[in-house]
Amino acid sequence: MQHVISVLVENKSGVLSRVSGLFSGRGFNIDSLSVAPTLDPSASMMTIVTQGDDRIIEQITKQLNKLVDIIKVVDITENEYIEREMVLIKVSARQEERAEVFRIADIFRARILDSSSTSYTIEATGDAKKIGAIVDQLRPLGIKEFMRTGRIAIARKSESGEPAEKVKVPRPHRR
Amino acid sequence: MELSGSRILVECLKREGVRVLFGYPGGVNLPVFDALYDEKEIDVVLCRHEQGGIHMAEGYARATGQPGVALVTSGPGATNTVTGLTDAYMDSTPIVVITGQVPTHLLGNDAFQEADVVGITRPCTKYNVLVTKVGDLAQAVKEAFYIATSGRPGPVLIDLPKDVALAKTRFKYPEKVSLRSYAPALKGNKWQIKQAAEAILKARRPVIYAGGGVLASNAHTELCELAELTNIPLTLTVMGLGAFPGTHRLFLGMLGMHGTYCANMSIHHADLIIAIGARFDDRVTGRVADFSRAHIIHIDVDPTSIHKNIKADVPIVGDARLVLNDLIEILQAHGIEKMESHADWAAQIALWRAEHPLSYTQNDNEVIKPQYVIEKISEMAPKEAIITTDVGQHQMWAAQFYKFDCPRTFINSGGLGTMGYGLPAAIGAQKAYPNRRVICISGDGSIVMNIQEIATAVEQRLPVKVAIINNQYLGMVRQWQQLFYNKRYSSSYMGDAIDFVKLAEAFGAAGLRATKVVEVEPVLQKAMAIDGPVIIDFKVSPTENCYPMIPAGAAINEMVFADPETPASALAVENVDGVLTA
Repeated sequence: MQHVISVLVENKSGVLSRVSGLFSGRGFNIDSLSVAPTLDPSASMMTIVTQGDDRIIEQITKQLNKLVDIIKVVDITENEYIEREMVLIKVSARQEERAEVFRIADIFRARILDSSSTSYTIEATGDAKKIGAIVDQLRPLGIKEFMRTGRIAIARKSESGEPAEKVKVPRPHRR
Repeated sequence: MELSGSRILVECLKREGVRVLFGYPGGVNLPVFDALYDEKEIDVVLCRHEQGGIHMAEGYARATGQPGVALVTSGPGATNTVTGLTDAYMDSTPIVVITGQVPTHLLGNDAFQEADVVGITRPCTKYNVLVTKVGDLAQAVKEAFYIATSGRPGPVLIDLPKDVALAKTRFKYPEKVSLRSYAPALKGNKWQIKQAAEAILKARRPVIYAGGGVLASNAHTELCELAELTNIPLTLTVMGLGAFPGTHRLFLGMLGMHGTYCANMSIHHADLIIAIGARFDDRVTGRVADFSRAHIIHIDVDPTSIHKNIKADVPIVGDARLVLNDLIEILQAHGIEKMESHADWAAQIALWRAEHPLSYTQNDNEVIKPQYVIEKISEMAPKEAIITTDVGQHQMWAAQFYKFDCPRTFINSGGLGTMGYGLPAAIGAQKAYPNRRVICISGDGSIVMNIQEIATAVEQRLPVKVAIINNQYLGMVRQWQQLFYNKRYSSSYMGDAIDFVKLAEAFGAAGLRATKVVEVEPVLQKAMAIDGPVIIDFKVSPTENCYPMIPAGAAINEMVFADPETPASALAVENVDGVLTA
């Protein structure tokens, strides 16, 4: 099963290498990895998507915790969580296809960032399922380039331990 | 007052209590060696190879419990430490290694003697750091010692560029260290400890399985107290030997691949295993799928050791000594008198003990048996003597036949299995305890891997005794080839080309030799009487094998006691489950 693990780390050189070295050295897989500083610039948050049975995930979280530069490790998938990923897709679009690309983008609430006479560049955000769906729809039209950020995720329960309220997901403004 | 980086380093080392440093100079660490030149409080031991220096630091640390310190230069000096760092990491040995580095403006330029040491050593250190500003140095040293010695101990490396060692700044010694990302849990969870106590009271076939963690946390007294309080028999890993008296009635011997029959059978048939500071290594468990079905209490300071190989029923993360203290207290308060009797269990263990005791045959007129040499050393050495070994058959025989009664008296490379460890480790231990007897039991293969360090022993006037169990083979390799590779002795024969007596003399040490059984004792006596390093070449039987043995891939209860009559390949080679090859 896939797990999304949030890893709060010291924002210093070599930390990413410690983490990736741990995964390669112990034969664990990284499906995706994204890193950026937190509100406190001395720390960074890594979101690692990995997979394995319970024993492996337990080892991954414990081994991560053991690294000296790692401040906190949370397996986000243990509780309710929200995940997002962004993709940039350059899709081939000529004449009659142009309307089709527009229509697909609209369905998935994706944005068209750039346009040329032969292609559109689309930005789409969503969970893994949604990203998969838009890619499936666009693929027959011809995807020229494809960039994805890797997933980031956040627990629905707040850090202070309050129970997750029924979060109303705001509807996008456009239509 | 402003001090240079190298002076700051030396001041910090002094305040950490460092009295001995093992080092080797070179281009970029000359500023530090210069700062050490007039230093009265730190005794610098010049090793003859950086690998030797690291093992000396390890030997020092294992003998004393204090961190061992090594100082080497950049590039090859630093890369020569990788084996020792990995060894210390596997065996949880606290050492701090300071490597010189090229000046910061040359970093990444493929400069002369440059290597990405922090990158190379990242997976084999508990922590490492490149210090790029002299203002960070004191803090880095403080943190290095704290990290190396706390929690599960291990090696820490500080990479110090030459310009940082030369730069000056105001020196302020950081009195304390606090790391938001590092806080090892030492106090065990009370509720879990209570669960453990209840399991102990209910058990009918309990056994204690203790390892190096007991020594690391200085919990040998508490371990003995627990065993005697509960009357539970006890086995030790190769790393744990010395943590419990080898002559104690409850001691079952070492367990694992070359452990005793009664230790392994006790583990296999137990209904409760109390694992303390041990990690269920593959050399201990045998085939994991068929490991004991016992209820398992697992006490370890490193959370990753728990559930890694074997699932624990009562996991307790904490320092062995603190947890044992709590456990003993709870047992005493709550019904130790209600404890189940283990009379049947003790009787069963006595049967196993009698059925296959450790044994070998030695006739006076035949060639010397290696086990005989080790038994004689065990008889002659004082209780507090420190034994180091290299790796191979002689190491296992030492673990089997030497009776270790005191903690920190057996120093060997358990996890990594580093040949060439024994002699430098003995030098490190002897440096720590100049007045104790230190003996390195080695093999003719292992000893030459760091033989140059005999020069260090001579120069330092350290009376280390080296007993070479010389069987002309890489004995353990030969044994495996005999048993599992149809006696095809590929590259395992070394012959007797080396005259170890002359070799010792060439280095300025004394060399002795024993080729007959009757010579063993007198030669040992003579060696002990010599006030200086001695190499003793014991010419032993080339074909003696180390038994009992759990063949690779076999389960802990599938022991072999003698050379099989059937062709060797019948011995479970096909069972090898990947993990257990060697």
